[in-house]
Parts: sequence; C-alpha cells; structure tokens
Amino acid sequence: MTIKNLEDLRKIKERAKLSTSARRKSETQVIVGMGTCGIAAGARDVMAAILDEMSRAGVHDVSVMQDGCIGMCQKEPLVDIVRPGEPRVTYGNVKPADVPAIISEHLVNGRIVSGLVVAKV
Amino acid sequence: MEKLARAHVLICGGTGCSSSGSKEIIPEMRGKLKAKGMEDEIKVVETGCHGLCELGPLVIVYPEGVFYIRVKASDVEEIVENHLIKGRVVDRLLYREPATHATVPDYDDIAFYKKQQRYALVNCGHINPESLEEYIGTDGYEGLAKALSMKPEEVIEEVKKSGLRGRGGGGFPTGTKWQFTRNAVGSKKYVICNADEGDPGAFMDRSVLEGDPHRVLEGMIICGYAVGADEGYIYCRAEYPLAIKRLRGAIGQALESGLLGENILGSGFNFMIHIKEGAGAFVCGEETALIASIEGRRGMPRPRPPFPANSGLWGKPSNINNVETFANVPSIMRDGGDYFASQGTETSKGTKVFALTGKINNTGLAEVPMGITMREIIYDIGGGIPNGKKFKAVQIGGPSGGCLPEQLLDLAVDYESLIRAGAMMGSGGLVVMDETTCMVDVARYFLNFTQDESCGKCTPCREGTKRMLEILNRICEGKGTEEDIPLLESMAQSIKAGSLCALGQTAPNPVLSTLNFFRHEYEAHIRDHKCPAGVCTAFVGYTITEGCRGCGLCKKVCPADAISGEVKAKHIIDPDKCIKCGACQSKCPFKAIEKG
Amino acid sequence: MGEKFAEKDVAKLDELLADLGSQKGTLIPILQKAQDIFGYLPREVLIRISEKTHVPLSRIYGVVTFYAQFHLNPRGRNIVRSCQGTACHVRGAKAVLSELKSQLGLEGDETTTKDLRFTLETVACIGCCGLAPVIMVNDQTHGRLVPEAIKGILESYK
Repeated sequence: MTIKNLEDLRKIKERAKLSTSARRKSETQVIVGMGTCGIAAGARDVMAAILDEMSRAGVHDVSVMQDGCIGMCQKEPLVDIVRPGEPRVTYGNVKPADVPAIISEHLVNGRIVSGLVVAKV
Repeated sequence: MEKLARAHVLICGGTGCSSSGSKEIIPEMRGKLKAKGMEDEIKVVETGCHGLCELGPLVIVYPEGVFYIRVKASDVEEIVENHLIKGRVVDRLLYREPATHATVPDYDDIAFYKKQQRYALVNCGHINPESLEEYIGTDGYEGLAKALSMKPEEVIEEVKKSGLRGRGGGGFPTGTKWQFTRNAVGSKKYVICNADEGDPGAFMDRSVLEGDPHRVLEGMIICGYAVGADEGYIYCRAEYPLAIKRLRGAIGQALESGLLGENILGSGFNFMIHIKEGAGAFVCGEETALIASIEGRRGMPRPRPPFPANSGLWGKPSNINNVETFANVPSIMRDGGDYFASQGTETSKGTKVFALTGKINNTGLAEVPMGITMREIIYDIGGGIPNGKKFKAVQIGGPSGGCLPEQLLDLAVDYESLIRAGAMMGSGGLVVMDETTCMVDVARYFLNFTQDESCGKCTPCREGTKRMLEILNRICEGKGTEEDIPLLESMAQSIKAGSLCALGQTAPNPVLSTLNFFRHEYEAHIRDHKCPAGVCTAFVGYTITEGCRGCGLCKKVCPADAISGEVKAKHIIDPDKCIKCGACQSKCPFKAIEKG
Repeated sequence: MGEKFAEKDVAKLDELLADLGSQKGTLIPILQKAQDIFGYLPREVLIRISEKTHVPLSRIYGVVTFYAQFHLNPRGRNIVRSCQGTACHVRGAKAVLSELKSQLGLEGDETTTKDLRFTLETVACIGCCGLAPVIMVNDQTHGRLVPEAIKGILESYK
C-alpha cells in the first residue's frame, strides 16, 4: 500500500478500526448460547452466520460474545441482542437464515423481530 | 473483504513473556483454534509488552478484556474450550490483587493499570507491533500528517507549548533543543534517537521499541521536518535483538508505503532512518559519546560546547532525543501541545514511564502523570512490598540517581523535586528495597557499575570512582575506619565538580544519597562491625542448631563443601570454608540453620 | 591469513570489506560482522581489516578494547550472560553467578570452559528486570532463577 496523502491515511485507519473492533467491549452486544446444548442444536453455524452478516453489512462496534447453557435447552440455539438502554431480547430456535433479519432489523435499527423472541429482560 | 473476527486473543511476544514461554503458546493457540474450525472466527495477535513482565506470559481475550497470567501451552486447550467456545472465564489463570488475593477478570480493573495514564505506552500490548495498519488504526502517522501541513517553526512552537522535556535523564526542554538545531547553520542535519538504554533496572525504551516501533519512527520524522534534517539514526543496544528486528521491520513498511523516503505524504519532505547497533558501552548514552560511536570510534565524550545541535554527527548539526521522548511527539502533534501540558506539574508536563523493580509485588512498567507521589506508585500501582517485609528505600534514576527513604514517599515526583531530594529522574528506573537490603551494599553496587563503565578519559571519574569503590569495599568487608565517611564525601564532591560528562558528574550520587539518609548503616558497618540488613557476608556466619536431624540436605546443597556430619547426627559448618551463600539455610526443612 | 582460518570465512570477510570497507563510519559494523564470522576477533583478522579500510591497527585495537561486545580470544559455543542489573542484584544474582561458575568449573578470571562449550560473562542489564534474577544463554532468556535451576539449564546446551 502506498500512502500519498492524509486521505489515504484515513482510509487505512477506518479499515484498521474495523478489523480491530473486537478489541473494544461495546455496550451493543450479540450473545450466542454456546453450551453443549447450543452447539448440538447448531449454534456454531448461527455464530458463523452472524459474523458473515456483520462483515457483509459493515457493522462494527458491536461485541459478539458467547454464553454457556442458560437452561432453555429446548429453545437452542439462543441469540441475545443487547442495546444500551433497551431490554435484553432473547431469540430462540435461531437458524442461520434468521440471522440477517435479526442483525439488520434489531441490532442495527432497534426493531425487534417479534416472531422469534422467547424472552425480554 | 476480511471477515470480522468475534474475538481477538492477544498474546504478548515481548522479551519478558517470550522468555517465560509465550513463543510456544502462539502456535498452540492457532493450532487448537484451527482444529475447532474457528481460525476465521477468532484472531490470534502477537503483541508487544504490557509492562507486567513478571506475570507473563500474558494472554488477553477480547471483547471481554479478560487478562490471563502465567499461561502455559498446556492451558491453551482450557481457554479455547471454556472461554472461547462457552464463554466461561478460566478462573485459575486470572490475575489476583496482591493485597486481597481477589481475582480480577477485567484488564481495566487491575489496580496496576487503573492509576496509570498510558500516553507513550498507549499501544504497547494492544496492537500487533509488526502491523503498520494497526498503528494507523490508532491514529498513527496523523501527527506527522498534521506536522507536514504546518511550518517547521510552528511544529517547534507546538512542542515547546507541550512543555515536553527529555525523558532520557537530563530533562532538557525538547522544543528548545529542536530550536537550537533548526537555528544552526548548515544544509545537512541529522536526527538521532538514543535507544542505548543502559541504566540497569530501566526497560521502558525496550518496551516501546518492541511494542510500538512506528511511534518512535513517527516522532523522529516529525523532528526531522522541524529541524530541517533529512537523515536519522537510531542507536540501539545490541542487547535488544527483538527491538532491532521490530525497528527494521517498521522502517521497511514505512519506506514501502511512502511514510519514509522521498516526498513523504506528498509534502516534498524527504527523510531516511538508519539503525546503528551499539557495541556495549554504558557511556554511549552520553550524546557526544554516542555520536563518536556512530562514527566508528571509541565512545568517549568530549567537552561541550560545541553542542551537537551545532556540531554533532560528522560535525553537522544534530538533534538527539531518547526513545520515550520521541514516542511522546506524535500525540503532541495530533492532540496539540496544550493537551499534553494540561498533565503534570508546573515544571514537568505530561507523563513519565517508570520501571518498577526490586522488592515489589507488581514489577513492571508504569506510566503516570508527573506529580504523582512515590507512595502511590509503590503501593497503589506496585501493590506494595512482598512477603510482609518493611519498605526501606526506593532508588530512582539508576547509577546517577539517589534513594528516597520512607519519609519522602509523599513527595510529588517531578524533575525538580527529585533533584532537591538528592536523586534524579534519570531514565525512570525505580528499584524498591526492603529491610533486607543493605544500603552500603547498594551504593557499592552502583559505584562498581560506574567505575566499570567509566570510559577513562578524565581522571576524576576514572581514578576517583575506583578509589571510592575501594573504600566501600573496605567498609563492606569490615575494614572501614572512622575517616572513611568524610573521605567519601570529599571525594564525591571533587568527582562531581571535576568530571567531563554526566557519568562522572553523577556517579557519586548513590553514595551521597545513602550517606544522607542511611548514614547509620555506614556507621554500623564501621563501628559495630555489623550489617544491619544482614547482607554483607563479612559480618554474617551460619551455624547449625540443635534442631538438626542429620538429613544431609544442607551438605548436598553446599557449593563449598563446608558442611560435614554423619547421617541422622547433627551437622556442622566449617566457617573457614563457608562462602556464606545461604543455600543451606534455604534448603533446611527443619529451620535448624541460623544466620548471625 | 595462513591456514589458521577456513577459506570460506576469509572469503566472507573479504566480501564484507569490499562491501563496507570504503564507507565512513562502518568500522563498528565491520567488526560486529567479522566477529559473527569468526566467533571472535583474531589479530590476523584485525590486520586484514586495517589493510582494507586504511584505519590504523592501533585505532582498531582501541575500538575493539573499548566495547564490551568485542572479544580478542576464542569463545565458547554457548554464551551465558549473567545479569548483574540492580533488580537482579537485589534478588540474588550473586548466588546465581557463583553457582554458574561452580557448575562450569571456572576459577578466578576464567570465562571460557576448556572444552569451549561455554563462555560465562556478566552484563549490566538485559532489560528483563521483571523476571529477576535472569541469565541469558545465547538468545534465550531464563528468568526467576534460583541457584538450583542452573544445572538443568546448562545441561540443555551442548
């Protein structure tokens, strides 16, 4: 890469901020249940889909975290969305195909995807 | 595009952590993640030093920011299985506060880091030092871009406004120094970075060079632009192979991307940086000696003036600053001098990195605002003295500095207050000593160092330090006389007054300072033939008490074959053979060996 | 330079001198690289450097003896550096050093073992104060040492 001016520098900075965004804990969080039950129900694929969708949509400053079993094994895979100042919403029986809606509707725009919600705290 | 990683695992690859085994953890972590098919999901990053080397290897897992200590390759599986997959923190690898023994999962909550203000060290441990992109991601090279849009005089004004002073020891105002070189007559000028960190007990420059090399390059390039130089040298100790490797890598990247070389950022400004490896001479930290060494000569100082600003490398105007000084420059340019000047005291602005070592719980690098008290550094950041021992003194400023006793712990630390207390900032080495440290032995240690490193050019330093050392040896061996103390004091004054460079001018400081605060220890050695701390071996002996069960462990461990005795019978120590190393005492399972 | 040195080493030296010999300020890098080739700086090598660089032998000798890094005598295959820095000093570097000496069978001012397996040196500080006391064997640092650990460490270097 050649950096000829401040503009080039800023472009690289934006890219680097994105690729290192996982190093800052954000108040906006996606939490995937990754207990034995969650993984058996397909949480790994859901996790991969979330990361794919977030990279595709250029979402950053969101922490993607994992959680153990919370005792709702029959509803796994479970995905929680936490937005600052809003109730924590848990989605159940999440399939990779559901992920784009959860990310673009709820995580980015704050509109809950009602069909999949199993709990609000 | 690059796929977003949900977690970053930062593994310290600094010299400290590497030597405790982080080199094995990195491939193990990558391998385990690959086996789980998570190599795209979780990014493993080798970073520079976090400054808490004693607890290494350090592993930090983001986004949670969980701080794991003393991690071994065999712990990796548990971190992957429990933390990275299931989100369960591995409790047994967490840091514990020395005072409360409570575990602290969150990096930001650790008391050692909480009171720090990391400015020069801000990136150390947090970015991949081999990635230019990550440095730019932390606003790297923006200070340079800003500087290049200003006039050189304006850049110097900004540095003056910041109040930044030389971090290598002298504390000379950086902006003024740059001004001298700018004003010097001549078309060819040089910028030199002093990376010959020689003070025993100081390692902040190594940490910056290893952990954030681009920051130092950026500071040098800005300086080059300000003073009108087109070439720079980094004079780095050969004892820092990793720092040299990282610097070479960073220079290569900067050249390739056009941040070094010709027409930097389209400004028309050209600058090139070379590395010179030092060859092992403490005196080369002195600027005129350093220049002689770069030129390929014996590294001996010469009288000043002329100062390097007028006649430096190859006789050309040269500006010399040390690593930490240059590392402060990019942020000063980016955030403005006023921000930097808002920290610290009236005369000493900004932050200073201290290397905390010796008898202290958290050994490591602490960057704190000037004006903080020594008590805060030692107790709040350093976690106090280990093993319930009592604090005796802190030695500050290395072989040129002095010690501060208990009653000066509340002194607000800055350049001037330390000088008034008979110590000096030096490069910022802080060696904490407890009641088991003998202050005469400490003075002897430093004098032994300076007399060994004296270049021999001027007589007061060459002969004077040697004679002073002989007196100190005499005192430690129990052969001191009443006249020795006044003799030491008068020699110290002559050496300070008569030496050519700072090495000699400051060499007597450790003696004067210990005489000032701990004269009674000298007197105890001379009059009572006692070493109050029980360090000087001339005054101690070991004896085996009735508690001996004749296990023979002491006999086995004795390096001098001084212990004899039959199995299951009481052993004895031959005082003529005993070298007083204390190995027997630490080995005895029945605590049956006494020192006295 | 006679039969004393391997031909390929002498060729390397000549290449180095052809490369750097005429540039200013390169005496120390030349000496550093020459020492990398031969392991130390034999008299013959210094004479060769003097001839090619036109720097008087006396000045080269002055530089070599000034810096701790340069050695005029053969050195062991493994270099053990025992740190005597302040932090190491207060945490027991002396005991570590005397254990090193006794394990290596070195007496008085001897620094190199007879079988050329080890050379023992002291250094002022290797900047690993957090791990004090520390020794460095070749490029490997060993920290948090107690004298009992020395034997095992030395055995791992042939």
